[in-house]
Amino acid sequence: MRIELERRAAHSKLFSVLSPFIALGLTLIAGVIMFTALGLNPINALYSFFIEPLTEIWSVHELIIKATPLVLIAVGLSVCFSSNNWNIGAEGQLVMGAVAGSILPIMYPELTGWWVLILILLMGMAGGAAWAAIPAFFKNRFGANEILTSLMLVYVAQLFLDWLVRGRWRNPEGYNFPESRTFTDWQTLPEIFPSSGPAHYGAVLALIVVFIAWFMMGKTLKGFQVKVIGQAPRAGRFAGFSAKKMTMVAFLISGALAGLAGISEITGVIKQLQPTISPGYGFAAIIVAFLGRLNPLGVLAAGLILALSYLGGEAAQISLGISDKVGRVFQGVLLFFVLASDTLIHYKIKFIRSTKRSAQT
Amino acid sequence: MKKTTSMIAAIGLSVAMVASFTPSVMAAKDKTKACFVYIGPTGDFGWTYQHDVGRKAVEAALGVETAYLENVPESADAARAIERFARSGCSIIFTTSFGYMDATNKVAKKFPDVKFEHATGYKRESPNVSTYSSKFYEGRYVLGQIAAKMSKTGVAGYIASFPIPEVVRGINAFTLGAQSINPDFKLKVVWVNTWFDPGKESDAAKTLIDQGVDILTQHTDSTAPMQVAAERGILAFGQASDMIKFGPKTQMTSIIDNWDDYYIERVKAVMDGTWTSTDTWGGMDEELVHMAPITNVPDDVKAMGEATIAKIKSGEFKPFTGPITKQDGTEWLKAGEVAEVGTLLGMNFYVKGVDDKLPE
Amino acid sequence: MLMTEAILLTIFTAATPLMIAALGELVTERSGVLNLGVEGMMIMGAVSGFAVAQLTGSAYLGALGGIAAGALFSLLFAFLTLTLVANQVATGLALTILGLGLSGLIGEGFVGQPGVKMFPIVIPFLSELPLVGKLLFSQDAIFYFSIALLIAINWFLFKTRAGLTLRSVGDNHKSAHSLGIDVIKIRYLAVMFGGACSGLAGAHLALVYVPQWVEGMSAGRGWIALALVVFASWRPFRILVGAYLFGAVTIAQLHIQAIDINSLTFLPSWLFYLAELIKAIPSQFLSSLPYIATIVVLVIISRNRRLTLINTPASLGKGFVPDR
Repeated sequence: MRIELERRAAHSKLFSVLSPFIALGLTLIAGVIMFTALGLNPINALYSFFIEPLTEIWSVHELIIKATPLVLIAVGLSVCFSSNNWNIGAEGQLVMGAVAGSILPIMYPELTGWWVLILILLMGMAGGAAWAAIPAFFKNRFGANEILTSLMLVYVAQLFLDWLVRGRWRNPEGYNFPESRTFTDWQTLPEIFPSSGPAHYGAVLALIVVFIAWFMMGKTLKGFQVKVIGQAPRAGRFAGFSAKKMTMVAFLISGALAGLAGISEITGVIKQLQPTISPGYGFAAIIVAFLGRLNPLGVLAAGLILALSYLGGEAAQISLGISDKVGRVFQGVLLFFVLASDTLIHYKIKFIRSTKRSAQT
Repeated sequence: MKKTTSMIAAIGLSVAMVASFTPSVMAAKDKTKACFVYIGPTGDFGWTYQHDVGRKAVEAALGVETAYLENVPESADAARAIERFARSGCSIIFTTSFGYMDATNKVAKKFPDVKFEHATGYKRESPNVSTYSSKFYEGRYVLGQIAAKMSKTGVAGYIASFPIPEVVRGINAFTLGAQSINPDFKLKVVWVNTWFDPGKESDAAKTLIDQGVDILTQHTDSTAPMQVAAERGILAFGQASDMIKFGPKTQMTSIIDNWDDYYIERVKAVMDGTWTSTDTWGGMDEELVHMAPITNVPDDVKAMGEATIAKIKSGEFKPFTGPITKQDGTEWLKAGEVAEVGTLLGMNFYVKGVDDKLPE
Repeated sequence: MLMTEAILLTIFTAATPLMIAALGELVTERSGVLNLGVEGMMIMGAVSGFAVAQLTGSAYLGALGGIAAGALFSLLFAFLTLTLVANQVATGLALTILGLGLSGLIGEGFVGQPGVKMFPIVIPFLSELPLVGKLLFSQDAIFYFSIALLIAINWFLFKTRAGLTLRSVGDNHKSAHSLGIDVIKIRYLAVMFGGACSGLAGAHLALVYVPQWVEGMSAGRGWIALALVVFASWRPFRILVGAYLFGAVTIAQLHIQAIDINSLTFLPSWLFYLAELIKAIPSQFLSSLPYIATIVVLVIISRNRRLTLINTPASLGKGFVPDR
């Protein structure tokens, strides 16, 4: 049997909506098989993965916290990827955003006032944008491929942070352990509903960013430019759009948002600078961007789904006693099904019996 | 929402009370659950692996239920992982990496009925938090002595992870041990800036050997340096676990992180209701540091090593005892003076004879 | 063993897995497919290579096991991106997540066991040549294979008809298709070849570099291999340069840390002063040198833009569905 695809005349609205559910259905089936094979009760296992993290308010808070940086970064990356610029180094921009935003709280801890936090967030965005400007500059000026430069700069940023936190910026009262002083209340993002859980205003920022990006990409000339340059660079040039300018702008936007993700993680959750800030949000956000089909609203949904799969994996580790590896395998399977189901939006799938086989039977 | 939290707390409290009034020890046993948060995978054969050995020892010795979360990053995820444990009915939670310090204390405040044990940190902000750590440096002093006896070149190589006090203490203790045998002994340090990357550790080991060291020791987690030493035919010391399988003719001894006894003792204290907040910084005397059998050395060296171990274990000798000079030539400890705990805890300077510079 | 010889040997060992994985990815990308799952395929190769070697006692069977595992694992990617035209970037990343998890599961029973080491094959006479003898002719089989692979791939891509077909598929799948070339089939083969190479690179890690299995032991090398393909602007011999440059800077920074500055007093005073300055650089900056060096060299060589453009597969990363 062979599988053949036939392109639909227009992309299917029906399957745009249905495909996530098909993916979910397939994942559930695969999950039942996988967990049964591991000797677990599949219903319990799937419950831990998909339902348990949503049953308690605190856990929903945690879900929002986990999704916030993913969404922030992925929105920026969708703009960047739509314009055909390949920023793979959001993780590094996140780190540099956190570093730049921490300058005030660490070097001038005595500052107070409502403007301090705003300044911190802006500096964080500037830090991420500046770090992202390097690959864009190299691409424009020297034609150096941005995949390599942005990726390599991730490692450089992480080592730079490491050097700061273990050296100059370590907490004077911290027994020389690698962490900065703790930020004061003026320097941290407040919690939205402090009585019910720790979700902070970073989540609100992420929602605003999603909305602005949705508006910009869908309704404005700038958004149109991005897409034209991304899909048909030659047409873009004829229309008078500058690809170089677009590269710089796309990198600055995605860098600034990654920087914002970094500094909101620092000011919202961790509340000090330390050697590890992100468990790879910058890389996971690449998946989120594509799962969300490079559409800001899609990114929001995808960010929540990926966050849920992290939390679900953790819940399953505890309630089922499985290892983290099983969780990761299941996450991989889920992603595969989601990606595969999206095919249905643009194509009809036909199963064709190969002629040889039919001759035999 | 506050209501729910207090309700949960109330239920938790009443459960605890019922448990404490139940005469049968077995019933209490059933309720106790020991939980562990790990920084790495249980399959790293180093730091996390040894903690997991401890967890299994608790299960075997006390028959209690245990659970673990592995690969928990020291980011926002740490607090969530710890809180999930606290909510899932754990009676005691061991958080086994320094970076979990603030997360542990934060969650501990919310769950006063759950006991928290944080490894290698110093903050105990509420009465249900304990800290514990090992004086691995005691073992490193012994390694230094053996190294100085066995080295022909008078130079040993040290593969270091990150410049934190724990690692600096180890480097200093090793140097002091070596200098007690050979005052001119030199130590070369290479920082790999990772706890765990077998390839990079192996590169560092080769580099050090090429630079003329004939003894290797490491403060990183993989067995790669031991294998390189075996291949190049020099001697080495293991780390975290007994690595003799990786260098049957190479390993002279190994510092073994032994968490078994401590974990069993603490979980048992929870079962008995005798648990209190403590700050444990134990070494060989409290069985937190074990040494693998001394092998591949002449009998007199073995005897010397064992004698030092015995002296440290009995408390007769402390590795950081003066006279000790700092790297810059200033005096740190006068003859007979023993280092203060605070200075050791935050150690960020080298003693004389270390060929390296600490980052400022 | 001479010191320079020993240092070079270390560099060779560090560079070999990077080069093999990058060469495989180069072929995949030349066919127009971007597979970001190198890290995942590499770690699957490592665990399978280790397991097979452990069970059979033969490091060579282990290497074959790594190759097979990498190729099989890449089929998953191929099915999704080629048959179902799923997004290549996202699928590749998902492949890495899956590989890291699955390898941990497979390898659970193998943790803490010393592996079967692949021993060097000493070639008589040639290995006695001064300097190069030990370096080039007294190495393990995978090293020899990596050099042969480099030459073979270069020959295949630029000297054979099949290579031309593969490149034409990568440059313009539509016109290749209209010429009657089975684009999907060629891409399947190219992806599997890339997977096989990543698998072998992983096996090299677990059988030669550090003969053991530990979770996550590839430690980001798959990413470096990916970057090297870009660095090389899709030309095989530049991968050799990139991999060895990366390896050399990695090892050099360790040597800078380890060297005793007082042993350099024979140097002219200005050089000695320079050495002192370098030695004062914090280790974190030294550790970041390989990455910075790669960027700098890429920037320098990218200035000849036309050459880069000619070699970049124009259809890279774009899905293809044949019209019927």
